Amino acid sequence: MSAQQKVEKKKTQKEQTEEVTKQFNEFVESIKKSTGLPIVPDMKSGAAQWIDQRELTLKYVISVDKIRKFFDGLIDGKLYATKCKQCGTLYFPPQVDCPKCRKSDMEWIELSNEGELLTYTIINVKPNSFSHYDDYTVGIARLKEGINITAWVRETDPKKLRVGMKVKVIVTKREPEGYLTYELEPLTS
Amino acid sequence: MGRNVAIIGVGHSKFGIRTDVNVAELAWESTKQAMENAGVDQKDIDYYVTSNVGAWSSEPLPAVVVGEYSDLVPKGTVRVEAACASGSAALKLGHDMIASGEANIALVVGVEKMNESPTPTVVEFIGRAGNYFWEFENFGLTFPGYYALYATAYMSKYGATEEDLCQVAVKNHYYGARNPKAQFQKEITVEECMRSRYIAWPLKLLDCSPITDGSAAIILASEEIAKKVTDTPVWIKAIGYANDTANLSRRDNFLSLRAAVEAAKMAYKKAGIDETDLVKNFDVAEVHDCFTIAELLAYEDLGFVKKGEAVKLIREKQTYIGGIIPVNLSGGLKAKGHPIAATGVSMAVELTKQLRQEVERERQAPIKKGMAIAHNVGGTGHYAYVTIFSLDKPRR
Ligand SMILES: [Zn+2]
Repeated sequence: MSAQQKVEKKKTQKEQTEEVTKQFNEFVESIKKSTGLPIVPDMKSGAAQWIDQRELTLKYVISVDKIRKFFDGLIDGKLYATKCKQCGTLYFPPQVDCPKCRKSDMEWIELSNEGELLTYTIINVKPNSFSHYDDYTVGIARLKEGINITAWVRETDPKKLRVGMKVKVIVTKREPEGYLTYELEPLTS
Repeated sequence: MGRNVAIIGVGHSKFGIRTDVNVAELAWESTKQAMENAGVDQKDIDYYVTSNVGAWSSEPLPAVVVGEYSDLVPKGTVRVEAACASGSAALKLGHDMIASGEANIALVVGVEKMNESPTPTVVEFIGRAGNYFWEFENFGLTFPGYYALYATAYMSKYGATEEDLCQVAVKNHYYGARNPKAQFQKEITVEECMRSRYIAWPLKLLDCSPITDGSAAIILASEEIAKKVTDTPVWIKAIGYANDTANLSRRDNFLSLRAAVEAAKMAYKKAGIDETDLVKNFDVAEVHDCFTIAELLAYEDLGFVKKGEAVKLIREKQTYIGGIIPVNLSGGLKAKGHPIAATGVSMAVELTKQLRQEVERERQAPIKKGMAIAHNVGGTGHYAYVTIFSLDKPRR
């Protein structure tokens, strides 16, 4: 997207959704006030729709206890995988159990950060919880060690990307949330 | 293994945005049709399988809500989830109940009411359907995004173009326009498809199947019963199945859906089908075209053509009626619509009607070999089911 288009772009996907939702909720409230029921006609078909009076917010609590080392690595700007001491299988994302030998004897291996882009896409229509971001590129790269990594790619112009191009993994802070993550940076050569 | 299983009745709701019905009413639409089509009552049904992914719709235990509304209490039931392949997984369970001798007549009903939630919420839910933490939480992948990763890799390797992908949509809308049950009954052109906005580059709006409400139902019966109640049983000849990693990054390449390849291999082996010149075995196929790239991958994963040759099939219109194998004469997920857990059952309904030569004339495949194949993928190649239907009774 050019700089000019960016200036002209009025609202983010999030702002648009919020505006539509707000207008709709106000409409439902006004109907409910006059009829005593939260039933409104569907905009297109006119069919009667009961608007749910309950709301469920989901936010999960996920254990990262056993792979804490991976996240500590990010604090030091490092990317870790696990390697089974018995069979040598490399795991990324890291996992502490080797299902192949049913052993849980792993070592933490620092990855090289150098890889090659296997594929990519640019997310134009975003999930609700990502709707505050501009369009972002997600890629999968194969690292030198032979494992694949999924991450955002620091380039949103598809013309500047190609399958097979060299990329570097960079530990970075995801804003506006402000937590450590990693991204793929295309290397121009 | 076990007893022969036949489809003796089918039902199919109108697919689309069904604001006129709730989940239970929608399920009943196709259940009622299937029971009437088979000439059976609730009392004849030994077990029913309810296929539903849900989350976007209000009933967390859809199987019991469907049972209460459809007067199926106290029959045994279960809700089946295999993402977009739930319908085929439900058919597998219904099949096994009969093959094993546990039941003589079973109902399989797939129902999905995705429009009970606003579109951004549905996009959110489906995006979360990979490896939640390593793909969604951190990188916000969407469902079109996952398939776009396949599209980019495929196009880069085999020189397929965005226009080639659009050709799939054009074909499926052509047939969807002739299917009164389809969500979109309107033809489109390659130009219109190319002009539609990007959803997940390189996939555009018209490369994507819609958000759909719908239901489909089938009645399965043992050989003994099938012979008594119908002259045209459609036999389930073989079912192949497989799965693949949740996390896309744990797959070797993005040129093929491994689960679909494995499922097809299993189905062909069980059916005793010679894999040289495979297409010769089938009159018609329904394949999982949730995105246009998925249909191209299906041609190759099912072995209709060699790797990298799917584009040639669509360019030469070989998957229209008159070509080497007609594909998605229902309009496919693309134009018929994709009510996630109803899709697999809908494929079975369509192929049953194709084999019985009961679909609208303009989209009826010529039936010469009496065999049809369904390819139903769940998630982004996470689950795959390949089902072979036949007018000839399988030999056991
Ligand atoms: Zn090991």
